[in-house]
Amino acid sequence: MLTPHSSLLTSRSFAFSSTWFCVLFAAVLLGSGAPARAQENPYLVAYDHNLEEPGSLEVEYFSTFGTERGAPNFHAFWGEFEYGATAWWTTEVYLDGQTTYGDSTLFTGYRWENRIRPLKNEHFINPVLYVEYENINGADKILKEVEGHDVESDYAQPNSVLRKETVRELELKLILSSNYKGWNFTENTVATKNLSNQPWEFGYAMGASRPLALKGATHKCTVCAQRFVAGVEMYGGLGDRYSFGLHNTSQYLAPEVAWNLPSGWTLRLAPSFGLNGNSHQLLLRWGLSYEISGFGRMVASLFQGHP
Amino acid sequence: MLVFFLAAVAASQQKPVASKNNSNGNYDYTELSKAPNKFLGKPNPLANDPQAAAAGKVLFEEHCGECHGDDALGTKRAPSLRAPEVQNAPAGAIYWILSNGIVRKRMPVWSKLPEPQRWQLVSFIKSLGTDASGVPAPAHENN
Repeated sequence: MLTPHSSLLTSRSFAFSSTWFCVLFAAVLLGSGAPARAQENPYLVAYDHNLEEPGSLEVEYFSTFGTERGAPNFHAFWGEFEYGATAWWTTEVYLDGQTTYGDSTLFTGYRWENRIRPLKNEHFINPVLYVEYENINGADKILKEVEGHDVESDYAQPNSVLRKETVRELELKLILSSNYKGWNFTENTVATKNLSNQPWEFGYAMGASRPLALKGATHKCTVCAQRFVAGVEMYGGLGDRYSFGLHNTSQYLAPEVAWNLPSGWTLRLAPSFGLNGNSHQLLLRWGLSYEISGFGRMVASLFQGHP
Repeated sequence: MLVFFLAAVAASQQKPVASKNNSNGNYDYTELSKAPNKFLGKPNPLANDPQAAAAGKVLFEEHCGECHGDDALGTKRAPSLRAPEVQNAPAGAIYWILSNGIVRKRMPVWSKLPEPQRWQLVSFIKSLGTDASGVPAPAHENN
């Protein structure tokens, strides 16, 4: 594993992100498992209670273009490998990077996340427990979670300064999510502890989404209403242990849409708009994911000699 | 990290969706009988929709065929849905299994599909009937 400080590249905008994309794409092409046709929600920050199907691997690439007042804009990107270990446990690895225009491109670290569904049956509100370990540096700008007093000006310094800060955090979330009459409603409460001597920080994300059509078509279709899921999410910081609340936090609102293709691909688009002066004015996010069904079986067969 | 990943893969390869109850490969379908009464008595709202089974077939091929087999006769990973236990079960019980999954035995929760799509799946499954022999097919690999 690369260390967060080991891969500073000089200003080659998008060169590193393109490489990432190629690596992920190659991984997808090399995967010989059947594609799974998931019905994915459009959220890019919030989580719902729907976990990955057991044995399926979802390979994802996400991109965030962010505006920055008083400093160059940036393009942050991450690759995500999401695996359904069981029907109640999904585990994920993230690899993060970013390009700051006129500055540099760098790898900013990794995250390892686990989501566990404690209850056996579906309820009106379904809890999921989330535990994530992050080993990133201060130049990480994917803004996948906004917590504590994270504000726009934190990211205004050059990468050469930001990357010197090492961030090792444990992030906990309580995900409460409901499916009701085709709608999904979800609320995530975030608590983060920097493993150096920093106070607990808090944040939230909430979202609502619904497919454009609830009934399935009688024929296979790519561009039909049931394939599109539209939604909105809101997320932001809630201060820390010593100063809980909205003061000096950043807040975002994001309309979003997901297109679930029958071939197993999902495309998501979500422009996030800052709601106060501490927030980036725009975080334009998009993502592409591909789900490989039976990936676990393929790996197991390497060791067992038969599928 | 690699160790955890391999552990996750190993975890995903255990326990089929329904446990075999004899050496002939027949499955135990008792999960169906665990459906609460309010679901057992629930009629399929799309029972009179002539297109429901056709739409359910498309959904089945997309979401269920990988484990249950495109012919729904079952594979090593999941049981036949043409077994009398399934075909004779109330529509509401099948809907309940789809909505709740059997998460301890690797059957995913399909509540992320809107309710009408789950009922379309029920319509398709109930339209299959039992296989020619009238008994559940022995589990086989469908790939």
